Amino acid sequence: MKFEKMTEGQYRLDVKGYVCPHPQLYTKKALEKLSPGETLEIVFDNPSSGESIAVMCDNTGDEITEQKLDGGMYVWHIRKA
Amino acid sequence: MSEEKRRFWAYMIVGVLALISVSTYAYNEYYIYLSVYMWFGFVYGMCLQYGRFCFSSAFRDLFAVGVPRMAVGIMIAIALFGLVGAFVSATGLSTFHSAPTSFHAVVAGFIFGVGMTFAGGCASGSMYKTGEGNMNALLVVLSISVTQAIFVDIGGWTNSLVPEAWKASALTKGLPASITVTDGWVDQYLAGYVWDQPVMSFATMLGWTDKSYIGAFIGNLLIGVVIPGALLLVIVYYIWSRKTYMRKNLPKDQAAPTWRNELAGYWAMISASKRTAIAGLALGIAAGLHMYAIQGLRVKFGMRNAGALLERIGFDFGLSAQGTVFDPGYWYVTTQEAQWVGWLFHRLGWNHLDNIFFGWVNGIPNPAFNPADWMSIALFGGAAVMALLHNEFKFKKPTLETATWALMGGALMGIGSRLGLGCNVGAFFVRVSQGDPSGWLFGLGMVGGAFIGVKLVNHWTERRMAQQFAASKI
Repeated sequence: MKFEKMTEGQYRLDVKGYVCPHPQLYTKKALEKLSPGETLEIVFDNPSSGESIAVMCDNTGDEITEQKLDGGMYVWHIRKA
Repeated sequence: MSEEKRRFWAYMIVGVLALISVSTYAYNEYYIYLSVYMWFGFVYGMCLQYGRFCFSSAFRDLFAVGVPRMAVGIMIAIALFGLVGAFVSATGLSTFHSAPTSFHAVVAGFIFGVGMTFAGGCASGSMYKTGEGNMNALLVVLSISVTQAIFVDIGGWTNSLVPEAWKASALTKGLPASITVTDGWVDQYLAGYVWDQPVMSFATMLGWTDKSYIGAFIGNLLIGVVIPGALLLVIVYYIWSRKTYMRKNLPKDQAAPTWRNELAGYWAMISASKRTAIAGLALGIAAGLHMYAIQGLRVKFGMRNAGALLERIGFDFGLSAQGTVFDPGYWYVTTQEAQWVGWLFHRLGWNHLDNIFFGWVNGIPNPAFNPADWMSIALFGGAAVMALLHNEFKFKKPTLETATWALMGGALMGIGSRLGLGCNVGAFFVRVSQGDPSGWLFGLGMVGGAFIGVKLVNHWTERRMAQQFAASKI
């Protein structure tokens, strides 16, 4: 697992290889740390985590601005509400 | 992997399974019994992968991230399986038998619940994830399998942990000399404690029979499944879903929600994840039809257990002392996982036919001719086909950290499933659907286990995340 600051207000969370509940737990904790308007790029390869992260963002109001899937690898961008 | 390759492998899997069905049927018609298990296993795998259907997620995500979608999906599947099951039961074709009901189911569910949270998936969830190419999930399946096979035959110092009352009661059960009933903790737990507990259903508790229409539909379905299920979803709605729904949908000039708003919110929660709901619907119907098909074949072939068929085909190695093998007649996961390891251990010289679990009840047939193993192998295949067709197949190698979680979780699930006489499918999903109160007790334990499991996993992830925040100077 790797969490890093890319540029000002942009962060990246890499949770490739992890299964539930780790990707959604790390995403939750990362988003809690961000300030409103900042963005988080998450990279994961556990499909079921995507379902949970989507509902979690819907509940908190955080916006998923981009979703990519390539060869079983998911890259999502989330803007903190 | 290119789309053509993915399609090729998906068709290849279906083709191989079809070839097995056709060629074995051509060799001997009795193989159709195994093929029915196989194709229902295939459908289960497709449904599980399509809906990301994981019982672990149902309980865990409520506590971990406040997401109720899977809890809802599972209740839908249970209700639909219950509906089809009630029809099958009322027509006298059900293969289901209630399990003994007592506090042991809660303890077993608790251990299982902690395990599935550690492992990142329940017993069936780990199987469909293996079909997605996840080797962590394969480790979980292996850990469940090996742990069970060891646990059911472990004797020695564990015999000293057995209460005298269990030992005395076990000796009165009249088991044959080939079963060493006083040597083995699980043997004495089963024969000395579990078998002495009452076996019931909601129908029989109300004075009806499971085979009557009133017993099946009112007792087991309405009172045993629909009403408690709907009430549980009301609790889930109030704690995890209502606030978000009202924030988004309640008009700003409206001070408080009306009953109409509440009902709309409840329905919105139920229909929130169509994918999970569709999978739950298909899974519930398939599970019910599975019972119907297997019982029909039993009537056609004039037998009550696949052990008789295996003998007729000429494979009598590994049958239990009663001439039976594990043949539930419906969806099951963990027993056949234990069986192939038990068979392997037995072949390597460790006698696994002297314990109750294998030697008296389930047998250890060659996995190549074990109906339930055909179901499990096809479940991997069904999940792989669905993942390939949706570009979600990816080989994932375990790391030391993820492998440790997988092995620990799998071991706990293996122990929990043997104590509870089944896993999230056999001891919870099937039993609750068919009006067996012990299923609810196992589920209650799973909720408690998931809660504690989330606390422990949360503690770990908190530490890891704090290290990353410190490194990023955030």
